[in-house]
Order: sequence, then C-alpha cells, then structure tokens
Amino acid sequence: MSDNGMTIHLKIWRQAQGATSGKFVDYTVENVLPEMSFLEMLDILNETLVQKGEEAIEFDNDCREGICGTCGMVIGGVAHGPHAGSTTCEIRMRQFKDGDTITVEPFRAKPFKLIKDLVVDRSAFDRIQQKGGFVTMNVGSAPDGNAFPIPKDHADHAMDAAACIGCGACVAACPNASASLFVSAKISQLSWLPQGEPERARRALAMIAQMDAEGFGDCSNHGECEAVCPKEISIGNIARMRREYLKGALKG
Amino acid sequence: MAENGSVAWSSVGKKVITGITGFALMGFIIAHLIGNLTLFIGPAQFNGYAHFLESILYGWFVIAFEVVMVFVFLFHMIAAITVAWTDRRQARTEGYRYAKNAGGKSRKTLSSTTMIYTGILIIFFVIGHIYLFKINPSHENLYATVSAAFSGIGFTIFTLVVMVLLGFHLRHGFWSAFQSLGWTNDKYLPLLTKLALVFAVIMAIGFFVIPVYMYFSGDSSFTMPGGH
Repeated sequence: MSDNGMTIHLKIWRQAQGATSGKFVDYTVENVLPEMSFLEMLDILNETLVQKGEEAIEFDNDCREGICGTCGMVIGGVAHGPHAGSTTCEIRMRQFKDGDTITVEPFRAKPFKLIKDLVVDRSAFDRIQQKGGFVTMNVGSAPDGNAFPIPKDHADHAMDAAACIGCGACVAACPNASASLFVSAKISQLSWLPQGEPERARRALAMIAQMDAEGFGDCSNHGECEAVCPKEISIGNIARMRREYLKGALKG
Repeated sequence: MAENGSVAWSSVGKKVITGITGFALMGFIIAHLIGNLTLFIGPAQFNGYAHFLESILYGWFVIAFEVVMVFVFLFHMIAAITVAWTDRRQARTEGYRYAKNAGGKSRKTLSSTTMIYTGILIIFFVIGHIYLFKINPSHENLYATVSAAFSGIGFTIFTLVVMVLLGFHLRHGFWSAFQSLGWTNDKYLPLLTKLALVFAVIMAIGFFVIPVYMYFSGDSSFTMPGGH
C-alpha cells in the first residue's frame, strides 16, 4: 500500500441501455482509502471517467446508510459483497487488499430486467407487494400500549421480518433466482400481528401467485439468500410462508 | 383465488409435494434398512422376513404398498424436476460470469446443489434394484440371490458408490423436507440441519455394510431346508 492509499483493479459489467448483452471492462482506481465505502470508490472512478469524456458507470444508490435498499450489485461473486449483513453502500474498502481485482456484476435474474450497467428493474417486487403486502382496512392511529396483547417474541419476529428493505440480494444470490426470502419476509411480518390476521390466507396465496407469475425460480432451500441478506432475514420465514400458504390453500 | 391445480403446482405447492413424498421415501428406506439387517442374523431369518412380508393380507399388502410407492416416487420426481427446471433455465437466463458461495449462514452444500443428479442416479438404481431382487429372483431363496449378486466386486463397488450418493441426497433432503413443509423455525432449523447429517451418515453406513458383508461372507451355496 502506497502512502496515497490502495490500488484497486475492477472488472465492471458494462451494458448499454437497451442492449441485450454486455461485457466486463477493466478499470484501475488509485489512491483508494480504506475508510471509503465501495460506492465512494465508484464515485471516484466515475469522476475520472467523466473527466476523460467517457460515460460514467450507472449504479443505483440512495441513502448510503443501509436502510433504503436501493443499492445492490454482486461484488467479487457475492451479492452486496464480502461482508455479511451489509448493503453495498456499507461495504468499506478496508475489506479488500491493496492490489485486489474485484469483479462487479449486476443482480442477475430474468424478472430483474437489466436497464443499464449495474442497474436492474426491481419493480417485480412492487407488484408482489401490491398483491397483499399491506393491511387493507384503516387501522386508525396507534392504539394504547398493550390494548392488544402481543407477546414480546411475536413482536420481535414481526420486527425482524419487517427489517426487509426489498433490495433483491436474495434473488441475486439464489442459485435458482427465487424471491422466496423477500416474499416470506413480507408475508411473515404481518402474520405475527393482529392487524394482519383477517387477510392472512388471501395474502399468502395472492403474493405467492404473483411471485410465480413474475417468473422467479423455485426455492431449493440452499439458504444463500439468508447469508447475503443485509438485514439477515432468516429462512425460518420461508418455512412460515409455506405454513401460511398451506393454511390459505386448505381454507379455500 | 387460484384454482386447486395451480395451488398444488405453484412454487410452494411443489415444495410441499417434494417434502411429503420425501418423508414417505425416508420412512421407506428406514424400514428397508431395518428389514435388511436380518441378512446379518442369517439366511433363514432373512428369507423368513421376506416370506413374512409377502404373506401379509395374502400378498395384497405388498401389492398395495408397491402401488403407493410408485406414486410417491413419481410425485417426488415430477415436483423435483420441475423445480430444477424453473431454476437455472427459466429464472436466470443470463448467468453470472463470476459467482462465489456466500458462506456464513448459507446451507448451500455439495449435497444441495447436486440433488437432481443424485436423485436421477437413485431412481435408476431403484429400477435396477427392483428388477434384480424383486422381479427376477427365486422367491424361495432370496438370500441366495442377494449373496450371488454381491459376489462380484464390480457390482458391490457400484452399489457402495450409489449408497454414498444416497447419503449426499439425504444430507440436504432430510432437513429440506421439514423446511419445505414449513415444519421448522429459527429455533429448530440448526438442530435439523445437524440431524440431517447424522441421518445421512447412518443410512449411508447402514446400506454400505450390507454389500460389504455379503461380499466377504460369500455364502451363496445356502439353500432353504427342503427348498431349492
């Protein structure tokens, strides 16, 4: 490592808008500080590209503090990079070594249509949510504490599932490109709470039907999704989703 | 609301079918292994066990059982093959150029990624197995048939290899069946994945020692008293 920071070699997927195929392009970024986030390192690369009159690398990002779920790319072969429980924006360059070569690819799945470079269209998730990832009735303002007795562990399970930010890393990491972890988090979150109770059966059936219609793959219980999930959503939610679905299907 | 057919063959429905039939198949191999252990007691006991099975309900038990097992195998295969088909070919038409396993909490193993291949091998093995020990042999002295089959080193080694691969299939299949039916949660999942390894090893070793024992005992000259 030189005095001016690390040298990082990148192989970044470049694909023009509307193009059906793309390719890796090699870049080298000098003076990368270990404290930088991965996205800040890409910002520096983009600045040099723009200065040279080349087209900047397109990537999604927004909050840059791991809560919005907008950013997402496959870094070094793993969705959201090498650090468990992190979004791409939370990856720091100290997690790499001086002189490393890092491949950067978009999230790949047929329902996530590639828009440009590292940007994919994740609106399939929105359409699944619109099929039942909410409570239809007006639940009014926040009730008095303990007006509805909800066991602490139930509230905790609901909160853990609700931590899902819909980033799509589960789909990206799944060998089958299944959206089971995302959908299960959305179904599970409401299944633990009284507000979600009246529409449980309908919700599970409708959201899973939409997941299948979007063309996501089937789950094979590999569990790669949980390993890359920035919010560490457990595959226990997938088991719960299947119970919800079975109950819904048997109720008819 | 979707019609019943599409519920059963939805992404979740297929997992449920694979899981239920998986449990049935695991129950079968447990019983099959326990029954086959009579080979260690002696030829008369093993043949007696075979005759006992064929005598239940005047032979109708075996026929009914076989019919059920054919459907169990078929549903397990159809559901699993359609899951495998939707996977790589349909849902990710453009693959990663460079992908690594995430490690950490992932349960992706050599077992989980080769389920379709070990499964296909097992079904061909089962068909051959049924022909060899069910359709073809003398029903009077099954022990002699088994002993003769495992007198050759080639067939014995082939069987051993398939039994190890059966262990691989069970290592993922055991806990996966619970997960597919929703019969687990965060509390029991770590236990079930460990139990899966124990179950797979027990089954693989159980079915492993039979060919080894039969190869080295090599007593194919045995005949039933008053029989063949």
